[in-house]
Amino acid sequence: MDLAKQIEPNAEIAARRRAAGLLARATASELHAAWEKLPAKPEVKPVRGPETGLVMVRGRIGGGGAPFNLGEATVTRATVLLASGTAGHAQALGTAKGNVRLAAIFDALWQEDATRDFVEATLLGPIEARITAEDKQKAEETAATRVDFFTMVRGDD
Amino acid sequence: MYVAVKGGEAAINNAHRLLADRRRGDRSLPSVTIEQIVEQLGLAVDRVMAEASLYDRALAALAIRQSRGDMIEAIFLLRAYRTTLPRFGSSVPVDTAAMKVERRVSATYKDLPGGQLLGATFDYTHRLLDPSLLTDEPVDEPERRDTPAEHIMRVSDILAHEGLIEADGEFSEDHQAGDLTREPMEFPMSRDLRLQALARGDEGFLLALGYSTQRGYGRNHPFVGEVRIGEVEVEIEVAELGFAVSLGRIRITECQMVNQFKGSSKAPPQFTRGYGLVFGQSERKAMSMSLVDRALRAEELGEDITAPAQDEEFVISHSDNVQATGFVEHLKLPHYVDFQAELALVRKMRSDIETARNSGSALQEAAE
Repeated sequence: MDLAKQIEPNAEIAARRRAAGLLARATASELHAAWEKLPAKPEVKPVRGPETGLVMVRGRIGGGGAPFNLGEATVTRATVLLASGTAGHAQALGTAKGNVRLAAIFDALWQEDATRDFVEATLLGPIEARITAEDKQKAEETAATRVDFFTMVRGDD
Repeated sequence: MYVAVKGGEAAINNAHRLLADRRRGDRSLPSVTIEQIVEQLGLAVDRVMAEASLYDRALAALAIRQSRGDMIEAIFLLRAYRTTLPRFGSSVPVDTAAMKVERRVSATYKDLPGGQLLGATFDYTHRLLDPSLLTDEPVDEPERRDTPAEHIMRVSDILAHEGLIEADGEFSEDHQAGDLTREPMEFPMSRDLRLQALARGDEGFLLALGYSTQRGYGRNHPFVGEVRIGEVEVEIEVAELGFAVSLGRIRITECQMVNQFKGSSKAPPQFTRGYGLVFGQSERKAMSMSLVDRALRAEELGEDITAPAQDEEFVISHSDNVQATGFVEHLKLPHYVDFQAELALVRKMRSDIETARNSGSALQEAAE
Protein backbone atom coordinates (compact mmCIF):
# COMPACT_ATOMS: atom_id res chain seq x y z
CA MET A 1 0.00 0.00 0.00
CA ASP A 2 2.80 2.38 0.96
CA LEU A 3 4.76 1.31 -2.10
CA ALA A 4 1.94 2.34 -4.41
CA LYS A 5 1.95 5.77 -2.77
CA GLN A 6 5.66 6.21 -3.35
CA ILE A 7 5.52 5.55 -7.06
CA GLU A 8 4.43 8.70 -8.83
CA PRO A 9 1.69 7.85 -11.34
CA ASN A 10 3.08 10.46 -13.71
CA ALA A 11 5.44 13.35 -14.03
CA GLU A 12 2.67 15.95 -13.81
CA ILE A 13 1.78 14.85 -10.27
CA ALA A 14 5.44 15.01 -9.28
CA ALA A 15 5.66 18.51 -10.74
CA ARG A 16 2.51 19.63 -8.92
CA ARG A 17 3.80 18.14 -5.65
CA ARG A 18 7.04 20.06 -6.08
CA ALA A 19 5.19 23.31 -6.82
CA ALA A 20 2.85 22.87 -3.84
CA GLY A 21 5.79 22.05 -1.53
CA LEU A 22 7.69 25.14 -2.65
CA LEU A 23 4.63 27.39 -2.37
CA ALA A 24 4.15 26.13 1.20
CA ARG A 25 7.65 27.41 2.00
CA ALA A 26 7.23 30.82 0.31
CA THR A 27 7.83 33.90 2.45
CA ALA A 28 5.51 36.91 2.40
CA SER A 29 8.13 39.01 0.61
CA GLU A 30 8.71 36.34 -2.06
CA LEU A 31 4.98 36.08 -2.75
CA HIS A 32 4.40 39.83 -2.82
CA ALA A 33 7.43 40.46 -5.05
CA ALA A 34 6.16 37.90 -7.57
CA TRP A 35 2.65 39.39 -7.42
CA GLU A 36 4.04 42.87 -8.12
CA LYS A 37 5.94 41.55 -11.13
CA LEU A 38 2.89 39.81 -12.55
CA PRO A 39 2.14 41.69 -15.81
CA ALA A 40 -1.64 41.06 -15.79
CA LYS A 41 -3.28 40.51 -12.41
CA PRO A 42 -5.86 37.75 -12.69
CA GLU A 43 -9.41 38.09 -11.47
CA VAL A 44 -9.69 35.85 -8.40
CA LYS A 45 -12.75 34.41 -6.68
CA PRO A 46 -12.34 32.81 -3.26
CA VAL A 47 -13.75 29.28 -3.10
CA ARG A 48 -12.65 28.30 0.39
CA GLY A 49 -10.72 30.14 3.03
CA PRO A 50 -8.09 31.21 3.65
CA GLU A 51 -8.81 29.34 6.86
CA THR A 52 -6.62 28.12 9.70
CA GLY A 53 -6.99 24.73 11.32
CA LEU A 54 -4.96 21.84 12.65
CA VAL A 55 -3.21 18.86 11.22
CA MET A 56 -2.40 15.96 13.52
CA VAL A 57 1.28 15.21 12.91
CA ARG A 58 1.98 11.50 13.11
CA GLY A 59 5.22 9.72 13.86
CA ARG A 60 6.12 6.04 13.77
CA ILE A 61 6.94 3.90 16.80
CA GLY A 62 10.68 3.25 16.80
CA GLY A 63 11.03 5.54 13.76
CA GLY A 64 9.65 3.02 11.24
CA GLY A 65 6.90 1.10 13.02
CA ALA A 66 3.18 1.66 13.48
CA PRO A 67 1.95 5.27 13.27
CA PHE A 68 1.09 7.23 16.40
CA ASN A 69 -0.21 10.75 16.96
CA LEU A 70 2.65 13.05 17.96
CA GLY A 71 0.75 16.33 18.26
CA GLU A 72 -0.95 18.94 16.14
CA ALA A 73 0.36 21.79 14.02
CA THR A 74 -1.40 24.91 12.79
CA VAL A 75 -2.10 24.85 9.07
CA THR A 76 -3.69 27.43 6.79
CA ARG A 77 -5.29 26.52 3.47
CA ALA A 78 -7.05 28.34 0.67
CA THR A 79 -8.75 27.51 -2.61
CA VAL A 80 -9.34 30.15 -5.27
CA LEU A 81 -10.87 30.22 -8.73
CA LEU A 82 -9.43 32.34 -11.55
CA ALA A 83 -11.74 33.95 -14.10
CA SER A 84 -10.29 31.50 -16.63
CA GLY A 85 -11.83 28.67 -14.60
CA THR A 86 -8.61 27.27 -13.14
CA ALA A 87 -8.77 26.37 -9.44
CA GLY A 88 -5.74 27.02 -7.29
CA HIS A 89 -5.09 25.34 -3.98
CA ALA A 90 -2.49 26.00 -1.30
CA GLN A 91 -1.73 24.95 2.26
CA ALA A 92 1.13 25.73 4.59
CA LEU A 93 2.12 25.32 8.21
CA GLY A 94 1.33 28.38 10.33
CA THR A 95 -1.39 30.98 10.36
CA ALA A 96 -0.35 33.35 7.55
CA LYS A 97 -3.65 33.65 5.67
CA GLY A 98 -2.49 36.33 3.25
CA ASN A 99 0.48 34.24 2.16
CA VAL A 100 -1.59 31.14 1.58
CA ARG A 101 -4.20 33.01 -0.45
CA LEU A 102 -1.47 34.36 -2.72
CA ALA A 103 0.11 30.89 -2.91
CA ALA A 104 -3.25 29.47 -4.06
CA ILE A 105 -3.40 32.10 -6.83
CA PHE A 106 0.11 31.18 -7.95
CA ASP A 107 -0.82 27.50 -7.83
CA ALA A 108 -3.59 28.27 -10.33
CA LEU A 109 -1.30 30.41 -12.48
CA TRP A 110 1.29 27.61 -12.44
CA GLN A 111 -1.29 25.24 -13.89
CA GLU A 112 -1.98 27.53 -16.84
CA ASP A 113 0.39 27.17 -19.80
CA ALA A 114 0.59 30.93 -20.35
CA THR A 115 1.84 31.72 -16.85
CA ARG A 116 3.67 28.56 -15.73
CA ASP A 117 7.07 29.80 -16.90
CA PHE A 118 6.53 33.12 -15.15
CA VAL A 119 5.68 31.38 -11.85
CA GLU A 120 8.67 29.08 -12.21
CA ALA A 121 11.10 31.89 -12.99
CA THR A 122 9.91 34.57 -10.55
CA LEU A 123 8.69 32.49 -7.64
CA LEU A 124 9.39 28.74 -7.52
CA GLY A 125 12.96 29.03 -8.82
CA PRO A 126 14.03 31.63 -6.25
CA ILE A 127 12.30 29.73 -3.40
CA GLU A 128 14.04 26.52 -4.40
CA ALA A 129 17.39 28.30 -4.61
CA ARG A 130 16.88 29.87 -1.18
CA ILE A 131 15.94 26.55 0.45
CA THR A 132 18.89 24.79 -1.18
CA ALA A 133 21.27 27.51 0.04
CA GLU A 134 19.81 27.48 3.56
CA ASP A 135 20.02 23.69 3.76
CA LYS A 136 23.59 23.72 2.48
CA GLN A 137 24.64 26.33 5.03
CA LYS A 138 23.02 24.44 7.91
CA ALA A 139 24.50 21.13 6.78
CA GLU A 140 27.97 22.69 6.56
CA GLU A 141 27.63 24.29 9.98
CA THR A 142 26.58 20.92 11.41
CA ALA A 143 29.41 19.14 9.57
CA ALA A 144 31.91 21.44 11.30
CA THR A 145 30.75 19.96 14.63
CA ARG A 146 31.46 16.37 13.50
CA VAL A 147 33.81 14.56 15.84
CA ASP A 148 37.02 13.31 14.21
CA PHE A 149 38.26 10.55 16.49
CA PHE A 150 41.96 9.78 16.55
CA THR A 151 43.90 7.16 18.45
CA MET A 152 46.82 7.99 20.70
CA VAL A 153 49.61 5.44 20.36
CA ARG A 154 51.57 5.10 23.58
CA GLY A 155 55.05 3.56 23.91
CA ASP A 156 56.94 1.46 21.36
CA ASP A 157 55.43 -1.50 19.62
CA MET B 1 -30.45 26.53 52.36
CA TYR B 2 -28.14 27.78 49.60
CA VAL B 3 -26.97 31.38 49.64
CA ALA B 4 -25.25 32.65 46.51
CA VAL B 5 -22.48 35.07 47.29
CA LYS B 6 -21.53 37.59 44.65
CA GLY B 7 -18.74 40.10 44.54
CA GLY B 8 -15.13 40.49 43.61
CA GLU B 9 -15.82 41.76 40.08
CA ALA B 10 -13.97 45.02 40.60
CA ALA B 11 -11.15 43.22 42.40
CA ILE B 12 -10.78 40.75 39.52
CA ASN B 13 -10.76 43.50 36.90
CA ASN B 14 -8.16 45.46 38.83
CA ALA B 15 -6.08 42.32 39.41
CA HIS B 16 -5.97 41.64 35.66
CA ARG B 17 -5.08 45.25 35.00
CA LEU B 18 -2.28 44.94 37.53
CA LEU B 19 -1.16 41.69 35.88
CA ALA B 20 -0.89 43.50 32.53
CA ASP B 21 1.20 46.19 34.18
CA ARG B 22 3.56 43.75 35.91
CA ARG B 23 3.85 41.76 32.69
CA ARG B 24 5.02 44.86 30.87
CA GLY B 25 7.39 45.77 33.69
CA ASP B 26 9.60 48.88 33.62
CA ARG B 27 8.28 51.05 30.75
CA SER B 28 11.70 52.62 30.23
CA LEU B 29 12.89 49.25 28.84
CA PRO B 30 11.88 48.13 25.35
CA SER B 31 9.14 45.51 25.20
CA VAL B 32 10.32 42.03 24.16
CA THR B 33 9.03 41.08 20.71
CA ILE B 34 7.59 37.75 19.52
CA GLU B 35 10.45 37.49 17.01
CA GLN B 36 12.99 37.97 19.81
CA ILE B 37 11.40 35.22 21.88
CA VAL B 38 11.34 32.86 18.87
CA GLU B 39 14.96 33.60 18.01
CA GLN B 40 16.59 33.98 21.41
CA LEU B 41 14.46 31.85 23.74
CA GLY B 42 13.90 29.12 21.16
CA LEU B 43 14.13 26.21 23.58
CA ALA B 44 11.44 27.72 25.81
CA VAL B 45 9.29 28.03 22.69
CA ASP B 46 10.03 24.38 21.88
CA ARG B 47 8.99 23.22 25.33
CA VAL B 48 5.70 25.09 25.15
CA MET B 49 4.94 23.64 21.71
CA ALA B 50 5.80 20.10 22.83
CA GLU B 51 3.72 20.10 25.99
CA ALA B 52 0.85 22.09 24.49
CA SER B 53 0.94 19.49 21.70
CA LEU B 54 0.68 22.27 19.12
CA TYR B 55 3.47 23.17 16.72
CA ASP B 56 3.45 26.91 16.03
CA ARG B 57 6.52 28.90 17.01
CA ALA B 58 4.91 32.35 16.87
CA LEU B 59 1.87 31.38 18.93
CA ALA B 60 4.06 29.59 21.51
CA ALA B 61 6.18 32.76 21.80
CA LEU B 62 3.03 34.83 22.24
CA ALA B 63 1.93 32.46 25.01
CA ILE B 64 5.31 32.81 26.76
CA ARG B 65 5.09 36.58 26.59
CA GLN B 66 1.50 36.62 27.81
CA SER B 67 2.30 34.26 30.70
CA ARG B 68 5.34 36.31 31.80
CA GLY B 69 7.53 33.26 31.16
CA ASP B 70 5.42 30.88 33.27
CA MET B 71 5.86 27.80 31.09
CA ILE B 72 2.88 25.80 32.32
CA GLU B 73 0.63 28.84 32.01
CA ALA B 74 1.93 29.29 28.44
CA ILE B 75 1.27 25.62 27.69
CA PHE B 76 -2.25 26.03 29.09
CA LEU B 77 -2.87 29.09 26.85
CA LEU B 78 -1.72 27.26 23.73
CA ARG B 79 -3.75 24.15 24.61
CA ALA B 80 -6.83 26.32 25.06
CA TYR B 81 -6.19 27.98 21.70
CA ARG B 82 -5.99 24.65 19.87
CA THR B 83 -9.50 23.75 20.98
CA THR B 84 -10.83 26.71 18.94
CA LEU B 85 -9.55 25.31 15.64
CA PRO B 86 -11.05 22.66 13.36
CA ARG B 87 -8.89 19.70 12.42
CA PHE B 88 -8.21 19.35 8.69
CA GLY B 89 -6.75 15.86 8.92
CA SER B 90 -3.73 13.79 9.85
CA SER B 91 -0.31 13.95 8.29
CA VAL B 92 1.49 11.14 6.55
CA PRO B 93 3.77 9.77 9.33
CA VAL B 94 6.96 11.86 9.37
CA ASP B 95 10.09 10.11 8.11
CA THR B 96 12.86 10.66 10.65
CA ALA B 97 15.35 8.74 8.47
CA ALA B 98 15.05 11.58 5.94
CA MET B 99 15.59 14.27 8.60
CA LYS B 100 17.74 17.31 7.80
CA VAL B 101 20.00 16.50 10.74
CA GLU B 102 21.31 19.38 12.88
CA ARG B 103 22.61 17.17 15.68
CA ARG B 104 23.11 13.45 15.96
CA VAL B 105 25.00 11.49 18.56
CA SER B 106 25.21 7.82 19.44
CA ALA B 107 26.55 6.38 22.67
CA THR B 108 26.69 2.85 21.26
CA TYR B 109 28.82 3.29 18.11
CA LYS B 110 31.82 5.55 17.80
CA ASP B 111 32.21 5.34 14.03
CA LEU B 112 28.83 5.16 12.40
CA PRO B 113 27.65 6.29 8.97
CA GLY B 114 27.08 10.03 9.16
CA GLY B 115 29.33 10.38 12.20
CA GLN B 116 28.85 12.01 15.58
CA LEU B 117 27.46 15.48 14.86
CA LEU B 118 27.43 17.61 17.99
CA GLY B 119 25.43 20.51 16.54
CA ALA B 120 24.47 23.40 18.83
CA THR B 121 24.79 21.67 22.21
CA PHE B 122 25.26 22.62 25.85
CA ASP B 123 27.27 19.39 26.27
CA TYR B 124 30.96 19.96 27.10
CA THR B 125 30.33 23.57 28.13
CA HIS B 126 31.69 24.32 31.60
CA ARG B 127 28.45 25.72 32.92
CA LEU B 128 30.18 28.93 33.92
CA LEU B 129 28.13 32.10 33.68
CA ASP B 130 29.33 34.12 30.70
CA PRO B 131 29.74 37.80 31.62
CA SER B 132 29.97 38.75 27.94
CA LEU B 133 26.25 38.05 27.71
CA LEU B 134 25.57 40.84 30.20
CA THR B 135 26.12 43.15 27.27
CA ASP B 136 25.37 42.73 23.60
CA GLU B 137 28.79 41.59 22.31
CA PRO B 138 29.08 40.57 18.66
CA VAL B 139 28.94 36.79 18.11
CA ASP B 140 31.16 34.91 15.64
CA GLU B 141 29.60 33.22 12.63
CA PRO B 142 29.68 29.40 12.93
CA GLU B 143 32.47 27.40 11.30
CA ARG B 144 31.58 25.54 8.13
CA ARG B 145 32.89 22.35 6.62
CA ASP B 146 32.07 20.43 3.45
CA THR B 147 29.39 17.84 4.03
CA PRO B 148 30.14 14.21 3.22
CA ALA B 149 27.55 12.67 0.91
CA GLU B 150 27.02 9.91 3.47
CA HIS B 151 23.46 9.05 4.51
CA ILE B 152 22.98 9.56 8.25
CA MET B 153 21.81 6.04 8.93
CA ARG B 154 19.53 5.22 11.85
CA VAL B 155 21.34 3.30 14.59
CA SER B 156 18.38 0.95 14.95
CA ASP B 157 18.88 -0.07 11.30
CA ILE B 158 22.55 -0.87 11.96
CA LEU B 159 21.69 -3.10 14.92
CA ALA B 160 18.79 -4.69 13.06
CA HIS B 161 21.20 -6.29 10.58
CA GLU B 162 22.52 -8.56 13.31
CA GLY B 163 19.05 -9.59 14.47
CA LEU B 164 19.95 -8.87 18.08
CA ILE B 165 17.46 -6.06 18.49
CA GLU B 166 13.70 -6.05 18.32
CA ALA B 167 12.02 -4.40 15.33
CA ASP B 168 10.28 -1.02 15.38
CA GLY B 169 6.97 -1.41 17.19
CA GLU B 170 4.26 -2.84 14.96
CA PHE B 171 0.57 -3.52 15.41
CA SER B 172 -1.73 -5.78 13.42
CA GLU B 173 -2.83 -4.46 10.01
CA ASP B 174 -6.24 -3.27 11.20
CA HIS B 175 -4.94 -1.27 14.18
CA GLN B 176 -5.90 2.41 13.98
CA ALA B 177 -3.63 4.84 15.82
CA GLY B 178 -5.60 6.03 18.87
CA ASP B 179 -6.04 9.71 19.63
CA LEU B 180 -6.16 10.99 23.22
CA THR B 181 -7.72 14.25 22.11
CA ARG B 182 -10.73 12.39 20.70
CA GLU B 183 -11.30 9.39 22.95
CA PRO B 184 -11.47 9.10 26.74
CA MET B 185 -8.43 7.60 28.43
CA GLU B 186 -8.75 3.87 29.11
CA PHE B 187 -6.38 1.37 30.64
CA PRO B 188 -4.63 -0.81 29.64
CA MET B 189 -3.51 1.50 26.87
CA SER B 190 -1.79 0.59 23.60
CA ARG B 191 1.76 1.83 23.01
CA ASP B 192 0.73 4.35 20.33
CA LEU B 193 -1.59 6.12 22.78
CA ARG B 194 1.05 6.04 25.51
CA LEU B 195 3.55 7.66 23.15
CA GLN B 196 1.05 10.43 22.34
CA ALA B 197 0.56 11.06 26.06
CA LEU B 198 4.31 11.00 26.75
CA ALA B 199 5.08 13.32 23.81
CA ARG B 200 2.86 15.99 25.44
CA GLY B 201 3.78 14.98 29.01
CA ASP B 202 5.53 17.25 31.48
CA GLU B 203 9.28 17.28 30.95
CA GLY B 204 10.05 17.43 34.68
CA PHE B 205 7.73 14.53 35.49
CA LEU B 206 9.17 12.33 32.73
CA LEU B 207 12.71 13.32 33.67
CA ALA B 208 12.12 12.27 37.28
CA LEU B 209 10.53 8.96 36.24
CA GLY B 210 13.32 8.23 33.75
CA TYR B 211 15.85 9.01 36.46
CA SER B 212 14.05 6.68 38.86
CA THR B 213 14.48 3.77 36.41
CA GLN B 214 18.22 4.47 36.30
CA ARG B 215 18.40 4.47 40.09
CA GLY B 216 16.88 1.03 40.28
CA TYR B 217 13.10 1.54 40.35
CA GLY B 218 12.37 -0.60 37.31
CA ARG B 219 15.93 -0.73 36.00
CA ASN B 220 16.22 -1.48 32.27
CA HIS B 221 19.90 -0.96 31.39
CA PRO B 222 19.61 1.78 28.78
CA PHE B 223 22.07 3.03 26.15
CA VAL B 224 21.39 5.98 23.90
CA GLY B 225 21.45 4.24 20.54
CA GLU B 226 20.89 7.59 18.97
CA VAL B 227 19.59 11.09 19.53
CA ARG B 228 18.89 13.14 16.43
CA ILE B 229 17.51 16.64 16.06
CA GLY B 230 16.51 18.31 12.84
CA GLU B 231 13.75 19.18 10.43
CA VAL B 232 11.34 16.77 8.77
CA GLU B 233 8.73 17.36 6.09
CA VAL B 234 5.08 17.28 7.13
CA GLU B 235 2.97 15.92 4.30
CA ILE B 236 -0.77 15.58 4.05
CA GLU B 237 -3.04 13.89 1.54
CA VAL B 238 -5.08 16.61 -0.14
CA ALA B 239 -8.48 15.37 -1.23
CA GLU B 240 -8.77 18.04 -3.95
CA LEU B 241 -5.49 16.88 -5.50
CA GLY B 242 -5.61 13.17 -4.76
CA PHE B 243 -2.01 12.96 -3.53
CA ALA B 244 0.17 14.05 -0.62
CA VAL B 245 1.82 17.47 -0.60
CA SER B 246 4.29 19.05 1.81
CA LEU B 247 3.03 21.65 4.27
CA GLY B 248 6.53 22.67 5.24
CA ARG B 249 8.98 21.42 7.82
CA ILE B 250 8.97 21.08 11.59
CA ARG B 251 11.93 20.55 13.91
CA ILE B 252 11.75 17.45 16.09
CA THR B 253 13.98 15.47 18.44
CA GLU B 254 14.11 11.68 18.26
CA CYS B 255 15.70 9.33 20.77
CA GLN B 256 16.29 5.64 20.18
CA MET B 257 17.06 4.07 23.53
CA VAL B 258 18.54 0.58 23.36
CA ASN B 259 18.03 -1.60 26.43
CA GLN B 260 19.74 -4.78 27.45
CA PHE B 261 17.18 -7.50 28.09
CA LYS B 262 17.96 -10.88 29.57
CA GLY B 263 14.83 -12.45 28.19
CA SER B 264 11.64 -13.65 29.84
CA SER B 265 8.95 -16.22 29.29
CA LYS B 266 7.59 -13.95 26.54
CA ALA B 267 10.76 -12.89 24.68
CA PRO B 268 14.31 -14.24 24.10
CA PRO B 269 17.45 -12.36 25.24
CA GLN B 270 17.97 -9.38 22.94
CA PHE B 271 18.15 -5.64 22.93
CA THR B 272 14.77 -4.03 23.42
CA ARG B 273 13.93 -0.43 22.69
CA GLY B 274 12.32 2.66 24.08
CA TYR B 275 11.30 5.46 21.76
CA GLY B 276 11.11 9.20 22.23
CA LEU B 277 9.83 11.78 19.74
CA VAL B 278 9.23 15.39 20.70
CA PHE B 279 8.38 18.65 18.93
CA GLY B 280 11.29 21.07 18.77
CA GLN B 281 14.77 20.64 20.18
CA SER B 282 14.57 18.83 23.51
CA GLU B 283 16.81 15.85 23.97
CA ARG B 284 16.28 15.77 27.74
CA LYS B 285 12.57 15.25 27.12
CA ALA B 286 13.09 12.79 24.24
CA MET B 287 15.53 10.72 26.33
CA SER B 288 13.23 10.74 29.36
CA MET B 289 10.31 9.77 27.15
CA SER B 290 12.20 6.80 25.70
CA LEU B 291 13.20 5.59 29.18
CA VAL B 292 9.60 5.78 30.34
CA ASP B 293 8.27 4.23 27.11
CA ARG B 294 10.56 1.26 27.70
CA ALA B 295 9.63 0.99 31.38
CA LEU B 296 5.93 0.97 30.47
CA ARG B 297 6.48 -2.02 28.19
CA ALA B 298 7.14 -4.23 31.24
CA GLU B 299 3.89 -6.13 30.87
CA GLU B 300 4.34 -6.68 27.12
CA LEU B 301 7.86 -8.06 27.71
CA GLY B 302 6.88 -10.20 30.70
CA GLU B 303 8.81 -8.21 33.31
CA ASP B 304 7.74 -7.83 36.94
CA ILE B 305 5.93 -4.54 37.57
CA THR B 306 7.55 -3.25 40.74
CA ALA B 307 8.23 0.46 40.20
CA PRO B 308 6.21 3.64 39.59
CA ALA B 309 7.69 4.17 36.10
CA GLN B 310 6.29 0.78 35.02
CA ASP B 311 2.78 1.58 36.22
CA GLU B 312 0.92 2.69 33.12
CA GLU B 313 -2.12 4.14 34.84
CA PHE B 314 -0.01 6.04 37.36
CA VAL B 315 2.37 7.47 34.74
CA ILE B 316 -0.10 8.38 32.01
CA SER B 317 -2.75 9.76 34.39
CA HIS B 318 -0.25 12.17 35.93
CA SER B 319 1.95 13.15 33.00
CA ASP B 320 -0.20 15.99 31.68
CA ASN B 321 0.80 19.23 33.40
CA VAL B 322 -2.28 21.16 32.28
CA GLN B 323 -4.55 18.63 34.00
CA ALA B 324 -2.23 18.47 36.99
CA THR B 325 -1.99 22.21 37.47
CA GLY B 326 -5.75 22.57 37.05
CA PHE B 327 -6.48 20.16 39.85
CA VAL B 328 -3.74 21.32 42.19
CA GLU B 329 -4.39 25.03 41.62
CA HIS B 330 -8.16 24.78 41.93
CA LEU B 331 -7.57 24.29 45.67
CA LYS B 332 -6.94 28.03 46.02
CA LEU B 333 -10.36 28.95 44.63
CA PRO B 334 -13.17 29.68 47.10
CA HIS B 335 -14.15 26.59 49.06
CA TYR B 336 -15.94 28.63 51.73
CA VAL B 337 -19.06 26.46 51.90
CA ASP B 338 -17.13 23.16 51.81
CA PHE B 339 -14.92 24.44 54.57
CA GLN B 340 -17.84 25.74 56.66
CA ALA B 341 -19.45 22.30 56.40
CA GLU B 342 -16.22 20.60 57.51
CA LEU B 343 -15.82 23.14 60.31
CA ALA B 344 -19.33 22.42 61.58
CA LEU B 345 -18.60 18.69 61.37
CA VAL B 346 -15.37 18.96 63.37
CA ARG B 347 -17.13 21.16 65.98
CA LYS B 348 -19.89 18.57 66.31
CA MET B 349 -17.39 15.71 66.64
CA ARG B 350 -15.57 17.68 69.33
CA SER B 351 -18.77 18.43 71.26
CA ASP B 352 -19.88 14.78 70.97
CA ILE B 353 -16.59 13.69 72.54
CA GLU B 354 -16.97 16.36 75.26
CA THR B 355 -20.53 15.19 75.98
CA ALA B 356 -19.46 11.56 76.09
CA ARG B 357 -16.55 12.40 78.41
CA ASN B 358 -18.80 14.50 80.72
CA SER B 359 -21.49 11.86 80.92
CA GLY B 360 -18.73 9.26 81.44
CA SER B 361 -17.29 11.20 84.39
CA ALA B 362 -20.83 11.80 85.72
CA LEU B 363 -21.39 8.03 85.65
CA GLN B 364 -18.06 7.47 87.38
CA GLU B 365 -18.97 9.98 90.10
CA ALA B 366 -22.34 8.30 90.57
CA ALA B 367 -20.61 4.91 90.90
CA GLU B 368 -18.30 6.29 93.57
